[in-house]
Amino acid sequence: MIIVENVNKTFGNKHVLKDFSAKFYKGKCNFIIGASGGGKSVLMKCMVGLITPETGSITFDDRDFLKLNYKEKINVRKDIGMLFQNTALFDSLSVEENVAFPLRMFTTFTEEEISDRVNFCLSRVNLINLNKFAPSNISGGQKKRVGIARAIALNPKYLFCDEPNSGLDPLTSRLIDELIKDITIEYQITTIINTHDMKSLFVMGDNIVFIHQGNKWWEGEKEGIRSSENNELLAFMEASEF
Amino acid sequence: MKFLQNFGEYILFLKAVFTKPEKLKIFRQQIITESYNIGNSSYGIIALISTFIGAVSTIQIGYQFEGSLLPDYLIGRIVRDSNILEFAPTITALVLGGKVGSSIASEIGTMKVTEQIDALEIMGINAASHTSFAKIIGGVITIPMLVLYAMILSLVGGAVSGWLSGIISVEGFVKGLRTGFVGYNVVFAMTKAYTFSFIITSISAFQGFRTVGGALEVGESSTNAVVYSCIGIIFFDFILSQLMLF
Repeated sequence: MIIVENVNKTFGNKHVLKDFSAKFYKGKCNFIIGASGGGKSVLMKCMVGLITPETGSITFDDRDFLKLNYKEKINVRKDIGMLFQNTALFDSLSVEENVAFPLRMFTTFTEEEISDRVNFCLSRVNLINLNKFAPSNISGGQKKRVGIARAIALNPKYLFCDEPNSGLDPLTSRLIDELIKDITIEYQITTIINTHDMKSLFVMGDNIVFIHQGNKWWEGEKEGIRSSENNELLAFMEASEF
Repeated sequence: MKFLQNFGEYILFLKAVFTKPEKLKIFRQQIITESYNIGNSSYGIIALISTFIGAVSTIQIGYQFEGSLLPDYLIGRIVRDSNILEFAPTITALVLGGKVGSSIASEIGTMKVTEQIDALEIMGINAASHTSFAKIIGGVITIPMLVLYAMILSLVGGAVSGWLSGIISVEGFVKGLRTGFVGYNVVFAMTKAYTFSFIITSISAFQGFRTVGGALEVGESSTNAVVYSCIGIIFFDFILSQLMLF
């Protein structure tokens, strides 16, 4: 479980996160939704440690990330997998080298063990016979799947997905959604998904946090969204044609 | 004020870069790859430039000697000293500042804007060190070798152009090369080469690493890397000449 409490973040005069608090549960797909510029990406970057908030706490299963020293933070980060919006695969490495990268950096596995693990992760995301391809030579959907394979290579406890469906066709989008959902349940990962895609939310969302102008505007299960009396949330849903 | 801020950021960047690598085996492999990339992509252009600089300097010095009472073999001596002391290390560094510097800055800059650097950070890897340390070491190993190679080729180019143009015979040129040879000049040139290689690789890596934005900013970082590397080279050329030759 990840608990975010009273997080504040400003950039110059702009107060992007205002006393933000939320809980993200283990074994569930936790969604962060909201309009562009509302603070979703900043919140996610704060949670993975790319941005340090001015105040507040971010706790990963009793480990207060902001109070940890450098080495302790690295240990937490080894438990984090992240799927980036643009996949962020390493251009200079092949598909299999991308997936093997965290294993080579953080484990004492032999080359044979690394190869086995890479093949397992790639088959888990239904990618076969692409091991030697460069990221530039595969499709957007395949890149996303390689990104997921790399994110789960070290058996993470926490999986962050930034706009996992952006730029994908509806079928591929559905495949990626199902994959993330299956992995979350199978490995009991705390998954946090930052998205605008309401279709994904209604298919796989367990816990929803609606962020508006840096504030948590609404939190609950997807079934509660339609009956919500929160005008901003309803306007957001209406604009998404749901 | 802005210069001081940038310089401070550069020092902090270097502090982050020079840390113990996560995995020595991977680091060694990275150094080999970077050294190979720098050397393999540059030896052709360096050969061409240094040979022609040697050739041109021979012809120009021969032109200065025309009608004088000075012996011809001195042309070889002057070509040797000017190439070893200045042309080979400085021109090579300026060329590599453009070629290697822009390549390093654009590679790291692209990694930055495509979130590959963020991916490294989230994995718990020191991204500054992982992306730049091996490039700096690779440059410091390879660029001085290219300077040495440029020195030799410039003298060969000088001898050939002197012979082809009829300014000086090969024997006369070689006699000049062997007259009053000072080994310290090579030490001085190699000191410059090591200094310049560090300047090129570290400044370019720094410029790449601080890229924020998109393709336009990557181009800007690449240009800045070349400009600041060249300024650093000519500045330290002056400082080292003052410190080591007098």
